[in-house]
Amino acid sequence: MANDYIIDIQHLSKSFGGVKVLDDINFYIRRGEFITLLGPSGCGKTTLLRQIAGFIAPDEGRILLEGKDISGIPPYQRPLNTVFQRYALFPHLDVYDNIAFGLKLQKVPPKEIEKRVKKMLKMVSMTDYEDRSVDSLSGGQQQRVAIARALVNYPKVLLLDEPLAALDLKMRKDMQLELKEIHRKMGITFIYVTHDQEEALTLSDTIVVMNEGKIQQIGTPIDIYNEPVNCFVADFIGESNILKGRMIRDRRVAFLKHEFDCVDEGFGEDVPVDVVVRPEDIYFTTDPAKCQFKAKVNSCIFKGVHYEMWVDTDTGYELMIQDYDPYPVGSEVMLYIDPDDIQVMHKERTRNVYEGTMVDQTHVDMMGGVFECLPQEGIGAGDKVQAVIRFEDVDLLDHQEDGVVAGEVHFLIYKGDHYHLTVRTEDDYRIWVDTNDIWDKGDLVGVNIAPEAIKLTRCND
Amino acid sequence: MKKVLAKAYLYLLLAMLYAPLIFIAVFSFTESRVLGNWTGFSTKLYANLFTGGMNGGSSLLAAVENTLIIALISAAIATVLGTIAAIGIFNLKGRKKAGMQFLNNIPMINPDIITGVSLFLLFVFLGITQGYVTVVLAHITFCTPYVVLSVLPKLSQMNPNIYEAALDLGATPSQALRKVLIPELRPGMISGFILAFTMSLDDFAVTFFTRGTIGLETLSTYIYADARKGGLTPELRPLMTIIFLIVLILLVVMNIRRQKANQSK
Repeated sequence: MANDYIIDIQHLSKSFGGVKVLDDINFYIRRGEFITLLGPSGCGKTTLLRQIAGFIAPDEGRILLEGKDISGIPPYQRPLNTVFQRYALFPHLDVYDNIAFGLKLQKVPPKEIEKRVKKMLKMVSMTDYEDRSVDSLSGGQQQRVAIARALVNYPKVLLLDEPLAALDLKMRKDMQLELKEIHRKMGITFIYVTHDQEEALTLSDTIVVMNEGKIQQIGTPIDIYNEPVNCFVADFIGESNILKGRMIRDRRVAFLKHEFDCVDEGFGEDVPVDVVVRPEDIYFTTDPAKCQFKAKVNSCIFKGVHYEMWVDTDTGYELMIQDYDPYPVGSEVMLYIDPDDIQVMHKERTRNVYEGTMVDQTHVDMMGGVFECLPQEGIGAGDKVQAVIRFEDVDLLDHQEDGVVAGEVHFLIYKGDHYHLTVRTEDDYRIWVDTNDIWDKGDLVGVNIAPEAIKLTRCND
Repeated sequence: MKKVLAKAYLYLLLAMLYAPLIFIAVFSFTESRVLGNWTGFSTKLYANLFTGGMNGGSSLLAAVENTLIIALISAAIATVLGTIAAIGIFNLKGRKKAGMQFLNNIPMINPDIITGVSLFLLFVFLGITQGYVTVVLAHITFCTPYVVLSVLPKLSQMNPNIYEAALDLGATPSQALRKVLIPELRPGMISGFILAFTMSLDDFAVTFFTRGTIGLETLSTYIYADARKGGLTPELRPLMTIIFLIVLILLVVMNIRRQKANQSK
C-alpha cells in the first residue's frame, strides 16, 4: 500500500455507558498535514484524539500509524506526543527538566539532551527560562513549555487538545501564528482539536467537522466555508443565512419565494433543499435591472471592519447582511446574490419517521410514549406501524410533564422565517420541529402531536 | 472592659492547656520522688535517664525504643498502603468513591478501645501469637486511614492530565508513578506519615490489647504499669519534657517550611 497516509483511521467506534461517543469514524491524515478536529463540546473530538494518543481503547475499528495497527500499543510506546489543554506540566520540575523528561527516559546522552532542549527553548522563544519553576510562568509561557516538551522528542505526530483554550484572545491570536510557524519549521504532522471555528480556519490544511460522534464534512478551510454539506456545518462555521428552498431544475433554485440562478446541478427537478447564503455574499444595488428582491433594513450594527444588518425581505424573511457601508434603519434597499454564492444542500430529512406499535385502534406507542391517533382501516392493536409526522405538526410545550414525551432542545437553526429545532427525548429519540416560537438550546420541553397529524402505514414484515 | 475580659479568657484557656506541661517541665529539674515537692534545682533526673542509673531504668529505655521502632515501622508501612489506597479511591467514580471514603472514615471515629478489643479477638481467632508483630499490624491498621485522608486532597489539587502526560512522554506506568505522581503527592505523604507516627506514638488502648503476654512494653503501657505499682518513676518527668520539646521543634520546623514554600510561589 504505497500512500503517504501517516495515520489511517478505520471504522472507529466508542461508547461510554451505552452512549455512542464515536460512531464509525473513517479518515486519513497525510504526512506533514495540519489537520483540525472541529466540533461543539461533546461531539467526540477529544475522545478521538485520546484514542490516537492511546489513553482510551476503541470498542471497534483500527488506527493505523504508517500502515501498522497501533490499537494494542500502550501510550508510552507510541511515537506520538500530546499537548494537553491545561498544559499538564510537572510542577516539581523546572522548565529544563520538564522539557528533558522524555529524552531522559529514552536515555539520550546528556550532551544531546542539552542541545535539543536549548534548541526547543529557542524555537518557542523561551531561552533564559530554563531554571524557572513552571508555577512562576504565565499561561502562555506554560503553553510554550508544553509544546517544547512534546516536540523535543521528535514525534511522528503531534496531538494538540484545545491547547489555546485557556489563553486570552490576544495571546491566542499570537500563539496561533507561532503554532503555524512551528508546524512549518518542524514538518511534523499536527492533529489539533478545537471548538473554535475561527482557529480551525486560520490554522488548518484540512478540517474534520464532527457532531454527535460522526464526521459531518472533511475538507480544506475554503471548501468547508464555501461549500458546507449540511445545515450543521453551515451554521457552525461562520455566520450564515440558512433557508428552506426548492431545486426547480439544474442551475435554478427557489428560496425567499423568489427564483435564483445558481451553479448546482444533479439534485433533480422540484426537489426540496436547504440553501446557504453567507451574509457577506448578499449585495446592495441601486440598479433596478440587477435587483433580485427588495428588503427593509431592520437593524444596523458596526462590527469593526464591517456593518452587520438584519433586513426584512418583501416576502417576509429575515436575512443577515454584512457590508462595508451602512444603510439607515427603515430604508428600502435593493439586493442581489451571485449564482456562485448560493450553496445548495441536500435536505437530511423532510419529515419525522418513526416505527411504532398500535396499542389499540386510536393509540400508537412510539418514541417512548403513547400518542393518540385517528382510527384507520386495517390497522389494529398489536400491529407494527410506521408513523410520519411533518416538522410543523409537532407541538412543543413549556412544561415537560404536559407532553406525551419529555425532551430537551438539542440544536436549533434560524431559517429566515422560522426555527428548525432538534429535540432529543428522554429515551434518546430525535424529533425535528419547525416552529415560530423562540426556544433556546437546552430548554426542557414537552412534546405533543395532534392525532390528525400522525400518518400511519402498516409495516410489512 | 470587654477587651480585658476577652483577653483574660484567652489566657485562662491557654494556662489550662499548658499548665500540666509546664508543671512537668519545671519539676523535671528537681530530685524529689514525689511530684509537687521542690527540693532544689538539679539535673540528676536527666543524668539518670541517660545513664540508666535508676530503678527499672533499662526497661524504661527499652519501652522508649519499642515505642519509636513500632511508630516508625507502622507509619512507614501505613504511608505506602494509604497512598496506594488514596490513588485507588480517587480514581473511583460517584457512589463507589463516596462509599470508600465513608468506610475509610469509620476506623478514625471508632473508639480505640473497640479497635483494640476487636483486633485482639481477631488475632486470637486466627491463632496468631501476639507480640511485636501483632502490635505493628494493629498500628498499621489504625494509622492507614489518616494517610489516606492527607493524600486525597493532594490528588484532587493535581492536574488530572499529569499522569497521562508522563505516559505520553514515554514513561511506563511504574516510571510515571515514581517520577511524577509520588513527587506530586510527597507533601501529603509526609504529613500523613507524621500524623501516623504521632498516632502510633501515643496509642495505649490498641497496644494494650494486642501486645500479648510476652511482656512487650511501649512507653504508654510502661507508664500505666508503673503508675499502678505506686507512683510514677521520677525519671519520667524529664522524658516527658524531652518528648514535648521534640514535638514542639518538629511543629515549628514544619511551619517554617510551609511558610517558605508559600513565599516561593
